[in-house]
Amino acid sequence: MMRRVEQFQAARWAEPLIMQLGTPGERGIIPPAPDEQIRKAAGKASARVPASLRRKAPPRLPEASQQTVLRHFTRLSQMTMGVDVTPDMMGTCTMKYSPKVNDHIARLPQLADLHPLQDESTIQGLLEILYRMNRIMCEIAGMDEFTFQPASGAQGIYANACIIRAYHASRGELDRRREIITTAFSHPADAATPAVAGFKVITLFPGEQGYPELDALKAALSERTAGIMFTCPEDTGLFNPKLPEFVDLVHKAGGLAAYDQANGNGLLGIIRAGDAGFDLCQFNLHKTFSAPHGSIGLGCAAVGVKKHLAKFLPNPVIAFDGKTYRLDADRPEAIEKIRAFLGNVHTVLKAYAWVMSLGAAGLKAVAETAVLNNNYLLAGIARIRGASIPWPANPHHRLEQVRYSWEQLAKDTGVTSDQILVRMVDFGIQHYMTSHHPMLVPEPFTIEPGESYSLDELDECLEILRRISDEAYTQPDLVKTAPHRAAVPRLDEAAVDDPAKWAFTWRAWERKHAAPAD
Amino acid sequence: MPKDGAYGHPYIPNTSPAARRRMLAAIGVASAADLYDAVPTGLKLKRPLDLPPPIASEYALRRHVEGILAKNKSCADLLNFRGAGCWQHYVPAVCDEINRRGEFLTAYAGWSYSDHGKLQAIFEYQSLIGELVGLDVVSTPTYDMGAAANSAVAMACRLTGRKRILVPASLDRARLSQMRGFTKPFASVIEVAIDKKTGELDRKDLTAKLAADTAAVYIEVPSFLGIVDAGAPDIVKRAHAKGALAIVGVDPSTLGVLEAPGNYGADLVVGELQPLGMHMNGGGGQAGFIASRDEPRFVDEYPSFLISLTRAPESGAFGFGVGTLDRTSYHKRHAATDYYGTTQWLWGITAAVYLSLMGPAGMRELGEGIIQRAAYAAEHLGRIKGVKAPLFTGACFKEFVVNFDRTGKTVAAINKRLLRQGIIGGKDLSHAFPALGQSALFCVTEIHDRAAIDRLAAALKEVLS
Repeated sequence: MMRRVEQFQAARWAEPLIMQLGTPGERGIIPPAPDEQIRKAAGKASARVPASLRRKAPPRLPEASQQTVLRHFTRLSQMTMGVDVTPDMMGTCTMKYSPKVNDHIARLPQLADLHPLQDESTIQGLLEILYRMNRIMCEIAGMDEFTFQPASGAQGIYANACIIRAYHASRGELDRRREIITTAFSHPADAATPAVAGFKVITLFPGEQGYPELDALKAALSERTAGIMFTCPEDTGLFNPKLPEFVDLVHKAGGLAAYDQANGNGLLGIIRAGDAGFDLCQFNLHKTFSAPHGSIGLGCAAVGVKKHLAKFLPNPVIAFDGKTYRLDADRPEAIEKIRAFLGNVHTVLKAYAWVMSLGAAGLKAVAETAVLNNNYLLAGIARIRGASIPWPANPHHRLEQVRYSWEQLAKDTGVTSDQILVRMVDFGIQHYMTSHHPMLVPEPFTIEPGESYSLDELDECLEILRRISDEAYTQPDLVKTAPHRAAVPRLDEAAVDDPAKWAFTWRAWERKHAAPAD
Repeated sequence: MPKDGAYGHPYIPNTSPAARRRMLAAIGVASAADLYDAVPTGLKLKRPLDLPPPIASEYALRRHVEGILAKNKSCADLLNFRGAGCWQHYVPAVCDEINRRGEFLTAYAGWSYSDHGKLQAIFEYQSLIGELVGLDVVSTPTYDMGAAANSAVAMACRLTGRKRILVPASLDRARLSQMRGFTKPFASVIEVAIDKKTGELDRKDLTAKLAADTAAVYIEVPSFLGIVDAGAPDIVKRAHAKGALAIVGVDPSTLGVLEAPGNYGADLVVGELQPLGMHMNGGGGQAGFIASRDEPRFVDEYPSFLISLTRAPESGAFGFGVGTLDRTSYHKRHAATDYYGTTQWLWGITAAVYLSLMGPAGMRELGEGIIQRAAYAAEHLGRIKGVKAPLFTGACFKEFVVNFDRTGKTVAAINKRLLRQGIIGGKDLSHAFPALGQSALFCVTEIHDRAAIDRLAAALKEVLS
């Protein structure tokens, strides 16, 4: 049964800032004090701090009781639309169910209280999880070796760029192979991180079918090509059927092919990066593999490579002799460290438990259901007034997500995609994503339902979009002035870009807005 | 799945035959497999993935995963004296209570209206870190302190138009590796010697290396080897005299007792959030931050999202938004000079909870108590025959170097013996810093009471006898 979405009202606590709560002298916790003998033996602590570095004024932190602090942050949580609370079908984000049991396991002291530099004999369980998950990812991706060190998709793509750099350097070709090719509808990190790694980045734009054509690739390839950061499907959800030819042409030019599989939820058990000829690939364990997104992180990119690139993976890697697991950091050609220690290993554990719950048939069911749900939504959205699906000439089905357009609705009503996005929140659903840059689709909106939402929830999403479309045509001001039932009313959004007004800390706010009214 | 509708799993609704039929009819295809019409047949996997058999029941899954984890011996079972960038502190219950809340745990990219609470919590984290470091701009969390340091030195290169970065020779080798990798295309990282006696930065070597092409001097207070360098304010001045920026890396657990680097002139401050309420998580507890003065030229160079406070024009209610998003890699794409992504925000929220609980008194008591314990520990270890503790004369906070050269034993052998007694000894420095001989970096925090320290001293004495 569907919720009565028009009756939604978000929690609106009008909660002050924590800096405004409490009373001098209150406190939220007492740290354990050293005993008398230690204090006597050590003497005054301040005498042990160099005079030049002694703190002159205590930091202005809150002075509040424990319950005040608990209640404050609990209220803030209630004004946050996590997936545990309401559907979030934000495109490119793969907001699926994060099983509770996996989080419960990851919080056990056997993982939570591990120091990353413990003796290998005491972390055999952790190393075993990492090793097993490595083998699983190799099978899923058709690759030979994985690392879980990068802590986000962007960092994973950056790691791929560094491996491509190391590969060409090892062959003495880095001086001339200075270019990396990517595509306009890929994640911005596919263009940004190779640039950060020192490459010149060439962007291929979509042709008439909604994805780049081979001719565009051919024009971009040369003896300067170091590689390609390829996303397929891109954020449009359109699978480029020329994928094998793309990989082949890049190889013929002497470049490496990296497959960004952040959009890979619809392809589990369907195709494999390795079989398609890719040299490198990357999955986001916090997306496709269900680990929670953590309010923007704790992420993990699983970066996979073929054998010829395994020596470049960052140190350490996990070695197994059939009996004991150990960390191998004696690998002279490894790229420099990407992240401290072994990365977000708790995220890997949650992903491992998720795969183990599903198995091969389950993963394929994930992919097919995600694609089915997406096409069901597409069929519904196609019938909503003012919405359209770009590249209607492309006869193929979309996979796991779609970049739609409100172009017609904006022309008819003056209501924009950004305004509809805000209005969604009034109905108690997380808003969609518009588009990454560049904004090639006019008035874009991108929706990816994944496999976790029930038919009722998919229908609810359609119902909300339909209602907002109706509102736009009948009472556009209602949409333009949204939100009305969210945790906060419409804000002065321009202030955050104005150096005279922006305030990234409370101390900056107090300085700039001299008489704080609250 | 074998056939449409033949598969049922608690994580996947819409697999019942009725639901399938309705959905397929709405789409106008016969089966879900037909939706892959764009994928070349030759590319499709012709067999099931060769994966371990699934463990369908939650109970059995739990048994399986927990059975593997049971092979670990955690710092809840062992007595741990290892830090080296990831430190065992007490985690208040309220920190875990908040970061396990599903609303925060499973939120992602919602903004001002859908995720108001998340943005407020992150703004509060920025604000409280700002108070600790004495600066007006604080970034949303970074991947770790190393990533923050990388971004900061890169910012300094762009702000000064220079290409050399000076770092202490005592820098953690892993962090040095991170920095060398990141700066490879645009700058060189040069190590400045440390004083063999004090462990502080060698000021003569700094003078020799600090030049007109130095973009930044990066120091850490305390240093990786635990030294609270009394000369930090002077190093900042010297950097400025040469037109370089001064970047100070901090362990924020020190800042109840140590001066805010913003107050001694640091242009950029970076730090590690893990000690502020995060379990070590096998290294997954790391998260970093960047801070600076509130000048547009600095703000323009941040790679990270920055959450700004704003108001609702009519009611005056507080709300939040991301400031100047167009400077980030999300807008710049190929023209980006740094990148940002999904970056440990849950730990930023947790740090806000931690600092709110601790307050100024808690942070001062924490710092003072740690300094006293570390002093007590160093002194007691130093009484053992052949052991030099602390190796350096410079001031310490929670970590100090212990040298075992005159015991005739290696750190590796000593740590092995300690482990047999249930003790995790200091981080072995003999490979990363061969000049220090057989030395180890020991870490003492508020979780160590006198009995724990005395147990370490007694065990070491036995091991070395």
